[in-house]
Amino acid sequence: MLKFLRRNFAGYAFLSPWLVGFFLLAIGPILASLYLSFTKYNVVRPPQWIGLEHYFYMFEFDDRFKKALQVTFTFVVISVPLKLIFALGVAMALDKGIRAIGWYRALFYLPSILGGSIAVAILWRQLFNYEGVVNSVLSLIGIQGPYWLADPDYALWTLIVLAVWQFGSPMLIFLAGLRAIPQDLYEAAEIDAAGPVKKFFAITVPLLAPVIFFNLVLQMIEAFKSFSGAFIISGGSGAPLDSLLFFTVYLYNEAFSFLRMGYASALAWVLLLIIALFTIVAFWTSKYWVHYENERG
Amino acid sequence: MASVTLSEVRKAYSGFAVIHGIDLEVQSGEFLVLVGPSGCGKSTLLRMIAGLEEITDGTISIADRIVNDLPASQRNLSMVFQSYALYPHMSVRKNLAFGLSNLRMPKDEIQRRVADAARILQIEELLERKPRQLSGGQKQRVAIGRAIVREPQLFLFDEPLSNLDAELRVQMRVELAGLYNRLGTTMIYVTHDQTEAMTMATRIAVLNKGNLEQIGTPYELYNAPKNLFVASFIGSPKMNLLSGKATGNKIELPGFGALAFVGAAGEMTVGVRPEHLSIGEPDGRRAEGTVTLVEYLGSEVFIYVALIDGQTLLAQAPGNASYKRGDKVHLSFRGADAHFFDSKGLRIEAPR
Ligand SMILES: Nc1ncnc2c1ncn2[C@@H]1O[C@H](COP(=O)(O)OP(=O)(O)OP(=O)(O)O)[C@@H](O)[C@H]1O
Ligand SMILES: [Mg+2]
Repeated sequence: MLKFLRRNFAGYAFLSPWLVGFFLLAIGPILASLYLSFTKYNVVRPPQWIGLEHYFYMFEFDDRFKKALQVTFTFVVISVPLKLIFALGVAMALDKGIRAIGWYRALFYLPSILGGSIAVAILWRQLFNYEGVVNSVLSLIGIQGPYWLADPDYALWTLIVLAVWQFGSPMLIFLAGLRAIPQDLYEAAEIDAAGPVKKFFAITVPLLAPVIFFNLVLQMIEAFKSFSGAFIISGGSGAPLDSLLFFTVYLYNEAFSFLRMGYASALAWVLLLIIALFTIVAFWTSKYWVHYENERG
Repeated sequence: MASVTLSEVRKAYSGFAVIHGIDLEVQSGEFLVLVGPSGCGKSTLLRMIAGLEEITDGTISIADRIVNDLPASQRNLSMVFQSYALYPHMSVRKNLAFGLSNLRMPKDEIQRRVADAARILQIEELLERKPRQLSGGQKQRVAIGRAIVREPQLFLFDEPLSNLDAELRVQMRVELAGLYNRLGTTMIYVTHDQTEAMTMATRIAVLNKGNLEQIGTPYELYNAPKNLFVASFIGSPKMNLLSGKATGNKIELPGFGALAFVGAAGEMTVGVRPEHLSIGEPDGRRAEGTVTLVEYLGSEVFIYVALIDGQTLLAQAPGNASYKRGDKVHLSFRGADAHFFDSKGLRIEAPR
């Protein structure tokens, strides 16, 4: 053991910042939150063990929890496919060989860097304000825009648009995937009398399936976790009428507005389980639609 | 079956010309082989015929119909790619059927054609496999199968055998020739393999830097090359080229002395194929040299001989000839076997 340590000391020394970070800042809080989820804890008084009570309460009585799930699922189910379709569309357009492609790539990627920030969320609030830019533009063509942010029917859509606008990183991955499809397959398909639609569904989609799958899982996880946009635009509460009550926003409220740390921890673990469940389902279905080139089958 | 006519066909990539006005007539039912050094434009020409590449200028017609603006799918042709280009996610059966179902052919007709092609190419047991589960030779068969199920009027091949090992290449060459005899469809075949070109072609077209140098039967190209390029390109090993000076009634060849030749005076090149260069025959015109390298091939031997002036010539001798490095030998050839080229490299028919 001592010998092992001595021999590998340098390696572990170099790893230590990460190891410290991982155990102190990641594993520690994760385990703590698991413990707290079985307790009543309001920061002031020490945690008090109550077993699974939070979990029972959540699923049986908590209507806001159900509302949060509904809002989050709606957001995930609509924004993820839209974003992927949009990203793929732009990637295919860029792949056609546009001049100055580097500039376009950078331009389209920019929102992905900025998009998650508070500043952009605030900007978004200005844009979709009743007297904001979006409605001004709409009024130019004679449409009176709604109260985007105050109307529960529209509020979620502003966030979906914000999410789709951040299509840059899946787009870059799609672009790399498209580049990897051999050109002569399209030429063979051309001779085999396949039109553009047929080529897309018979060549592009199946050969891009691993990349589509990767993007799908990544974006799905990101969408489940998305927080800052909803938090800022809803004024921190999920308003109007809880229509922006994302799971993460609800969790934040429980933890930091009402100081119900134990319950918030339980919510966090439920979110983790939901994400894990969806990811597992995605992997399980992928057997049937994702074709890996280098896999023996 | 269809004839293919190219007239004044040009191709430029963003202003840079790679095909410089080619006229070519491929008769119906012909097996035309396109050969030429790497980068001379063989693939480009083939892809223009296929409709995969735009034509910058000129016209291409297939079966007497101008196809310049016709998409590849409507030219009624099949193409076999060097990389095979099999659809990796489809089974062999689906690879074969893909084009047919795109043409909205009835299911039982598709099934019949796929079964026929599979039988001809002996890939029946492979029909449910994916391309990654096939060997190179099997992939090649599937690629050819995909071409023949279309029952097209024209086949295009772009170096289809170049990814195979030597033995398989010979086998597939024979099979392709058999297929041609069976189908009788017009074929245009790109290769840079001498043997493929000579053995399979009804005619060979030699391309160089985007120009057509000569088109003719393998016999014509071998025995009457139009110019120096064709002379040295066709034939393996290469023709020996000797530079000499014509004086009106003879040519002075360094080493060999004078060779009777009636024609214009000036710089000349005399070409002699290795099999026409004999060693040790004592008659008249002969050059002395030293053996520098002996390549034994079994049925024959290639002997490299350095002449006194430093030029190295290659002679072919029967397999039982026993020459060694360092041997002093005499080389000679018959005037009737020589090819004559003027200072521009064009063939001069020797008056006999
Ligand atoms: N897409 C392209 N853009 C620009 N130049 C090209 C393009 N495709 C081919 N060329 C050029 O055209 C010329 C002919 O190319 P081509 O592929 O037809 O040669 P080839 O005779 O098939 O050679 P090889 O025997 O190596 O396959 C080459 O000089 C090549 O660099
Ligand atoms: Mg080529």
